[in-house]
Amino acid sequence: MATTEALNTEVPENVNAEVSIGEYQFGFHDPTDEYPFMSQKGLNREIVAQISEMKGEPGWMRDFRLKSFEIFESKPTPEWGGDLSGMDFQDIFYYVKASDRQEKSWDDVPDDIRKTYDRLGIPEAEKKYLAGVKAQYESEVVYGSLREDLAAQGVLFTDTDSALKDHPELFKEYFGTIIPPSDNKFAALNSAVWSGGSFIYVPPGVNIDFPLQAYFRINTENMGQFERTLIIVDEGANIHYVEGCTAPTYSSDSLHSAVVEIAVKREGRCRYTTIQNWSNNVYNLVTKRAMVYADGLMEWIDGNLGSKLTMKYPAIYLMEPGARGETLSIAFASEGQHQDAGAKMVHCAPNTSSRIVSKSISKDGGRSSYRGLAKVQKGATNCKSNVVCDALILDPESRSDTYPYIEVEEDDVAMEHEASVSKIAEEQLLYLMSRGLTEVEASAMIVTGFIEPLVKELPMEYAVEMNRLIELQMEGSVG
Amino acid sequence: MSSLLKIENLHVSVGETEILKGVNLELRQGEVHALMGPNGSGKSTLAYALVGHPKYEITKGSISIDGKDIIELDPAERARLGMFLAFQYPVTIPGVKVADFLRHAVSNVRNPDRKEGEELMPMRDYRKELRSTMQELNIDAEFARRYLNDGFSGGEKKRMEILQLAMLKPKFAILDETDSGLDSDAVRVVSEGLKKLSGPHMGVLIITHHERLLEYNIPQYTHVMLAGRIVETGDAELANELHNNGYAGVRERHPEAAAEEEAAKEEPATV
Ligand SMILES: Nc1ncnc2c1ncn2[C@@H]1O[C@H](COP(=O)(O)OP(=O)(O)OP(=O)(O)O)[C@@H](O)[C@H]1O
Ligand SMILES: [Mg+2]
Repeated sequence: MATTEALNTEVPENVNAEVSIGEYQFGFHDPTDEYPFMSQKGLNREIVAQISEMKGEPGWMRDFRLKSFEIFESKPTPEWGGDLSGMDFQDIFYYVKASDRQEKSWDDVPDDIRKTYDRLGIPEAEKKYLAGVKAQYESEVVYGSLREDLAAQGVLFTDTDSALKDHPELFKEYFGTIIPPSDNKFAALNSAVWSGGSFIYVPPGVNIDFPLQAYFRINTENMGQFERTLIIVDEGANIHYVEGCTAPTYSSDSLHSAVVEIAVKREGRCRYTTIQNWSNNVYNLVTKRAMVYADGLMEWIDGNLGSKLTMKYPAIYLMEPGARGETLSIAFASEGQHQDAGAKMVHCAPNTSSRIVSKSISKDGGRSSYRGLAKVQKGATNCKSNVVCDALILDPESRSDTYPYIEVEEDDVAMEHEASVSKIAEEQLLYLMSRGLTEVEASAMIVTGFIEPLVKELPMEYAVEMNRLIELQMEGSVG
Repeated sequence: MSSLLKIENLHVSVGETEILKGVNLELRQGEVHALMGPNGSGKSTLAYALVGHPKYEITKGSISIDGKDIIELDPAERARLGMFLAFQYPVTIPGVKVADFLRHAVSNVRNPDRKEGEELMPMRDYRKELRSTMQELNIDAEFARRYLNDGFSGGEKKRMEILQLAMLKPKFAILDETDSGLDSDAVRVVSEGLKKLSGPHMGVLIITHHERLLEYNIPQYTHVMLAGRIVETGDAELANELHNNGYAGVRERHPEAAAEEEAAKEEPATV
């Protein structure tokens, strides 16, 4: 295994040479000495107020932040899910600004940052198959684009800070209503120190044919990234939003704690794809929730490959009849990783349906858990809910757990739940190897096959990306 | 010069239980051998040990190809040296397409120096060859796009094994009851197929309880396994006799092995 020093070299060009195949590919970092601003380490009222002031926010947002900070302080750190005892909230930078402004052309983005995104392949993907891009580096969005024809149709795709300034009414109507600060400790933390994230509004009937993508990059050691995303899909509109994320490999921990709020109006459709590939020193504690109205559809496609600990259970509230929700979740836990991921479906209205498909893979002592809730509220008759979770455990050191919760307050509902755990399949490995495939090729093939039913739901480019990342994870394991 | 697979005094255990107790056998490229024996006598165990199944621990003896001991090699390395097993119970691999898997396999076996991530066999050549091979074996082309053995009938799985054999062209092919579970047309296809595939470059070890496969592929040698040992070796005539009369005669001629067989039945293998 490459040492941390090798990964932290300041000369990015050399990094690939140092990192053996299969190691985390995105563990390089850029220099930070030219940053325009970095808050002090740690968190208190003053830092919260300072963030608001630096951003020139209206008073109501400042108050919202300070109130949220109080809630954060009053709530205990959760003891379920993953182990958060190593998380030191005072050892984190809560606000770091790497660039003074957001650019519309990659050429104007500071060199180091632009090179990083080049290496991550974002500008190239943008040219080929994206309808718009937001690139967030540390706390702020440094680059943004949106196809002109979409802008002309009234589609808004900005960073969330700009939305507060430029679209205050729309912003205020939704912000913090789907996930209030009091929801949980980390939602409160995000509400106090949020910065960046995407704000999207799709007007009625507008169909965005190609994905909009946001790319989140942490660069600084002990960084905390707290983006805040708000997506409003108006009646009959359609969007596919994709987020990706990576960070350098450091020996001390970073924190990523986002809040994502989504409203899908009557007959609207929203697909939200995440390919989470943080380095193994990032705590990833994210709250995501969508509210879906009549005949609307929300889909979460949630791929969790990286991080030290992820706790994330994207939720869908089915608010009106005919609303549908679907979560497809893939978790891959390797050495030193715990993926505590899952889904929440809340049926608040009759004739709503939901489906959860979860696939997890654990290897080299990694641990993955499925934690899910399917809930049918009183009055929500004639609902359908289907949960399928499969776990693949690649070796005896690794672990997988399933925590399914079902709460039903109506009789007239169809709930299905299936769970299966397969140990890998010594026999499968032998079979493929006896045909000449190496252990790495064989296990990669088994894993790729295992998640195939989910990956084939992705657009081709992301399916390729997902398979490539899985193969990299597999290569790291043997030899 | 033809290659030689040599098994000497092979002892194999699963967990604490010794299953093979000193097996000797020499299989030369171009030869056809039959391996027979009652249920549970250790035939599949020998097959697994030959391809390097990690559960089957070799406690004594050796397996070599042209004098090179292969016991330390993993199954993939053995495959690249020309070893192949048509499994008695082929494994299902969901989500992995037959064509994708087999292209990898062919690329590695035909180019043993290939490293992970290097070029696979060119798509066009591969497709062409796969299609014509499937045709010859009477396998519907649609199977190439299906997931490996997923939802295949018993007979379809066996045919898939023969397809792999045909594509990989091993030096040493072990067929573990490839003829069981096939309807009589399929047995004919498989038997004829094997006959075409074998020839001077393939040594074949046929494990079987039936006659048809051996009628098409007449063995020069027939070995009889009983309680983990090869107790008799004869020619094709011996295979006929066993088919007609069963194993009573063998047990009579080898009372010690027969007694061990009885004893093993009373205390089932604990793993
Ligand atoms: N993985 C295993 N775990 C436990 N016991 C095993 C295992 N493999 C083989 N055995 C035992 O070893 C003995 C030989 O089994 P093997 O499968 O080699 O027999 P066989 O000759 O192939 O029989 P058949 O004609 O029924 O296929 C049997 O008693 C069997 O139960
Ligand atoms: Mg057998």
